[in-house]
Amino acid sequence: MAARLSQGARQERRLGWLLCAPAVLVMLAVTAYPVGYAVYLSLQRYDLRFPARAEFVGLSNYGSVLSSPFWWQAFWVTLFLTVVSVAVELVLGMALALVMHRTVFGRGTVRTAILVPYGIVTVVAAFSWQYAWTPGTGYLAALLPAGDAPLTEQWSALGLIILAEVWKTTPFMALLLLAGLALVPEETLRAAMVDGAGPWQRFVRVTLPLMKPAILVALLFRTLDAFRVFDSIFILTAGAHGTGSVSILGYDNLFTALNLGIGSAISVLIFVCVALIAFTFVKLFGAAAPGSQEAGR
Amino acid sequence: MLRARSLFVLPLLAPSLTACGAAGTGGSPTLNWYNFPDDSGALAAAAQNCTRASGGRYRIAYNKLPRTADGQRQQLVRRLAAEDDSIDIMGLDVTWAPEFAEAGWILPWTGTVRDRAVTGTLKVPLQTATWKNRLFAVPYNTNTQLLWYRTDLVDRPPRTWSEMLSTARGLAAAHKPHYVEIQGAQYEGLTVWFNSLVASAGGSILNADATAPSLGPPAVRAATIMRDLATSPAADPSLPNQMEDQNRLAMEAGRAAFELNYPFVYPAMKADNRRLFEHFHWAQYPRVDADRPAKPTIGGIDLAVGAYSRQPDLAFEAALCLRDKENQITAAVKGGLPPTLRELYFDKDFVKNYPFADAIYQALENASVRPQTPAYQNVSIVISHTLSPPAAIEPVGSVRTMESQIQDALESKGLIP
Repeated sequence: MAARLSQGARQERRLGWLLCAPAVLVMLAVTAYPVGYAVYLSLQRYDLRFPARAEFVGLSNYGSVLSSPFWWQAFWVTLFLTVVSVAVELVLGMALALVMHRTVFGRGTVRTAILVPYGIVTVVAAFSWQYAWTPGTGYLAALLPAGDAPLTEQWSALGLIILAEVWKTTPFMALLLLAGLALVPEETLRAAMVDGAGPWQRFVRVTLPLMKPAILVALLFRTLDAFRVFDSIFILTAGAHGTGSVSILGYDNLFTALNLGIGSAISVLIFVCVALIAFTFVKLFGAAAPGSQEAGR
Repeated sequence: MLRARSLFVLPLLAPSLTACGAAGTGGSPTLNWYNFPDDSGALAAAAQNCTRASGGRYRIAYNKLPRTADGQRQQLVRRLAAEDDSIDIMGLDVTWAPEFAEAGWILPWTGTVRDRAVTGTLKVPLQTATWKNRLFAVPYNTNTQLLWYRTDLVDRPPRTWSEMLSTARGLAAAHKPHYVEIQGAQYEGLTVWFNSLVASAGGSILNADATAPSLGPPAVRAATIMRDLATSPAADPSLPNQMEDQNRLAMEAGRAAFELNYPFVYPAMKADNRRLFEHFHWAQYPRVDADRPAKPTIGGIDLAVGAYSRQPDLAFEAALCLRDKENQITAAVKGGLPPTLRELYFDKDFVKNYPFADAIYQALENASVRPQTPAYQNVSIVISHTLSPPAAIEPVGSVRTMESQIQDALESKGLIP
């Protein structure tokens, strides 16, 4: 193939590579190197406090993590938080997107108001939720029967973590879905109306299928984010009472226990989970993308 | 081209040029002291006093670490792991010396500086600064819990835990304030409570050379006392979420009859609730057995010299100055931090401002230390997770769980929860 290219085309290609090279090098330095180093550390027995005892241990750290009940507890908690919060965000986000799409009056104001929570730094928002739900300091805790401390019990604390996440990121979901709504041609909707389809039928049969790529992208982004949830939990419960996610577990083992080997193994496993989620979605997305049939899928 | 290059190089040179300027003006070397953030002004005053006393040989810059102990430790560890040579003196929590010493991050105290650090210093605080028979820090302040109670509810302070629980039951039956305020949240405070009870029952969490857990019957007794309190009317409903400050607030609000807490509660009660302050009194930490003194766990800060410091000799000297008699008095009176020099507890002027000095001294003489091991953080996390919430403790089962997890923690094997 390359031999058939003209000299001009070859020079252009070389220039293209040269122009890309700095960006590629920077990406390798800031992304590939740390990931590679984490993989290397995960194969070592390496406790920062006993540097002299560092040694290569193969996959034994992965064995320790995967056979530990702490990992599985954190894994199921993370999965639960991810599934529930993303599902709620999808429904609420769709409702908000429809409101933003259809608003006739004060469109700018409505859109700005809906986006406010997304503009607040997660840690700051988490602190305000923490104060709100703590007896004595919080206006929300004051609504509960005296002596109730919802952040001290597993299920109520998980519920509040989900609430904080949903409050914070639904606007992001709505924004992505709003872009998808813009893809639906008005003529198609009007044609469906002429054919006698009611609002619900138009939404389910016309709008949703046409929005599918946007919905999948929104779900992919949010699922990846939700699986790595850290800041809300760190502030609200610090992982106590069975509310720790895999990221909290990794943080505790790296920064509190200073166990670089085990901590890196946890980080690599999180990376693998995230890659699996992305792979699954992209496969799903690819299969459903308009025009992909022609590409022979 | 030349111009472009000089534009690129100048900003790189600028910091070194200013550095030359600073040295050229005849400035004395600066020693960086990293310590907990102190709002009372006592630490800043100590840094100033010692800078002045050095006669221009050094200047101490007091740098504030984060508020929480975990945050402080993380910042120090990250800097030291990167061999940061700008750390000269650091304030270590009493549990960090073995860890920092084992990792080679702090220098041992030897020769004359060691002698000066040890002379006149209380025995138990010195123990926290010692690892494998070598001194790695000088105790800056110490701390221990007392039993605080209300004389309008109780005539005579209870001497044992069982006496305290039965008094609380009696007060509850008479519809009077009856809670026993103690640190029941899932954090290090819970480990401290357990450690005090195990030591008071005649046991210890680790064996003598810190290689294995040595729990056993005293630990089962300790766990039983915690469970019994948590399931009795003496327990505050927020017990599984309470730390020192929530305990203080509950006592000040008049909801409690007893409080196991550090002496900072005394000036706080004086400032916040004058009426209750009249009836606010102190006694020794309750015993497990009537015939054996209680062994409350000590806290506090030890000053260590960083292994990568460029002026270690000056740093040792400065650390000794920071903890001298005058600075300890300021820290105690302004910041409420009990001193580590024995003579101060018999100093009339000092005791006038510190009415419970004698009680603290008695407590310190009998005090216990937390498990002395480089893996303390892991051990503490294992303990506080297993014992939380206190009402769900199954004494024999919980102690067995802790035994196997502490063994793993000591070998830095496996995960921490």
